[in-house]
Amino acid sequence: MKLIREFTKGLFKQNPIFVIALGLCPALAVSTTMENALGMGAAATFVLVSSNIIVSAIRNIIPQKIRIPCFIVVIASFVTIVELLMAAYLPALAKSLGIFVPLIVVNCIILGRAEAFASKHKVLPSIMDGLGMGLGFTLALALVAAIREGLGSGKIFDVVVIKGYEPATMMVLAPGALLTLGILIAVTNLIKKRKA
Amino acid sequence: MSDMFVVSTSPHLRHKDSISKIIWMVFLALVPAGLAGLYIFGPASLWVIIAAILSALVTEALILLLRGKKLRLFDGSAALTGLLLAYNLPSDVPLWIPVVGSFFAIAIAKQIFGGLGRNIFNPALAARAFLLISWPTYMTTWAKPFSYPDAISSATPLNLFKEGGMNLSQMGLSYWDLFLGNRGGCIGEVAVAALLAGALLLIALKIISLHIPLSYFISLGLFSWLFPARGGFATGDILFAILAGGVILGAFFMATDYSTSPLTRKGQIIFGLGCGLFTFIIRRWGGYPEGVSFSILIMNAFVPIIDRFTTPRVYGAKK
Repeated sequence: MKLIREFTKGLFKQNPIFVIALGLCPALAVSTTMENALGMGAAATFVLVSSNIIVSAIRNIIPQKIRIPCFIVVIASFVTIVELLMAAYLPALAKSLGIFVPLIVVNCIILGRAEAFASKHKVLPSIMDGLGMGLGFTLALALVAAIREGLGSGKIFDVVVIKGYEPATMMVLAPGALLTLGILIAVTNLIKKRKA
Repeated sequence: MSDMFVVSTSPHLRHKDSISKIIWMVFLALVPAGLAGLYIFGPASLWVIIAAILSALVTEALILLLRGKKLRLFDGSAALTGLLLAYNLPSDVPLWIPVVGSFFAIAIAKQIFGGLGRNIFNPALAARAFLLISWPTYMTTWAKPFSYPDAISSATPLNLFKEGGMNLSQMGLSYWDLFLGNRGGCIGEVAVAALLAGALLLIALKIISLHIPLSYFISLGLFSWLFPARGGFATGDILFAILAGGVILGAFFMATDYSTSPLTRKGQIIFGLGCGLFTFIIRRWGGYPEGVSFSILIMNAFVPIIDRFTTPRVYGAKK
């Protein structure tokens, strides 16, 4: 039961984007299309789960004073793996995500979970935490991307949503990202307020 | 003894003006420019104006209901936003453009920030920026004056100046045409004479002061004169710079918006100078031929910091 709770908390209650407001940089930058959002979400989830496993496994032998550099080295190794794999098998996605794949190294969610969770818990809960947070990140990204791509280019996954709709170009540009994210965070707060 | 005196907190002096009275006076002052626009661009512009005002009112009502606030539709603020937005649109846009624009102005630029008096950016201009970035083709297709019902399109003088490198006589226009509004442009910006008449009314009623508009004209005129695109140092056409675009409409009616402009005289002068500078920069080097709306929006963002540094010394307090 407790394991399931570690998993589900990342989906809504502690959603990394809408509630903790971490990892906003990729959320704003690569949410222009659904493909980018899902690719980014998958890459970040893989790095998050893997680094949580390693950090949690070696948590007792890392010296307290240099733990952050240690986490970064672990995370950077997995990011390099993802980057090379993506360049080899999904070159189009790698090209459209560009600099944001290597930038996963400094993604606050991943470092945040290593510091706040994996370095204090056993391996199994850390896996569940990583999966939940990664999925929450991916879902949030996909939601932002669905709104932005739907309004800004009129189609999602190259499927026309409404016939005859004239896309509002601003939504796929930077202001569209900030507006969408701001409104979604407001909606999240409203839902949380209603629940409480 | 004690009931001989009325004890109350300040303010003790009251004026009979109310917010809604001021807003309706601004609305009234804008009417002549709209009538002139109607005469110049034909009935299409009337539909744009009606669509913008109606959808602004509907959006305002909807959001106020959702927020559980008192419905104050007839304070005029939503109607004024709709009217100003319509004045910033070309006359031949499809009617969903003013509808979407008014929704954006009221829902995003005004109500999300807290409603009347709490918005940071001028709602009508924020909506215009949104429309211009999203649907540039519709927003830059201008009708030729008096060409209705055929609606022949034409370029604005600023566009011809920037892209075509023409001067006023090559455009076949005179200063008199610019003053009376015989040129391509937005519905409400072309009729300078009518706008000036409205502005005079507002100044006479002390609803707006001259600080913002004058400093706007001075800085825009000065920079355009000193650094023209062609012709060398200090040979620019000041009158063209001020009459050709939307500066008259922007400076008198939108830069002076109470909630998005500085409070003090000194601050208002800084604000106006900044608007002029940014308008000049956008016209001279930017991607758009006209920069009034963007420059007012940029300066709107500076208003809190201008207010902070121009706070007057409290009487008797030491610095």
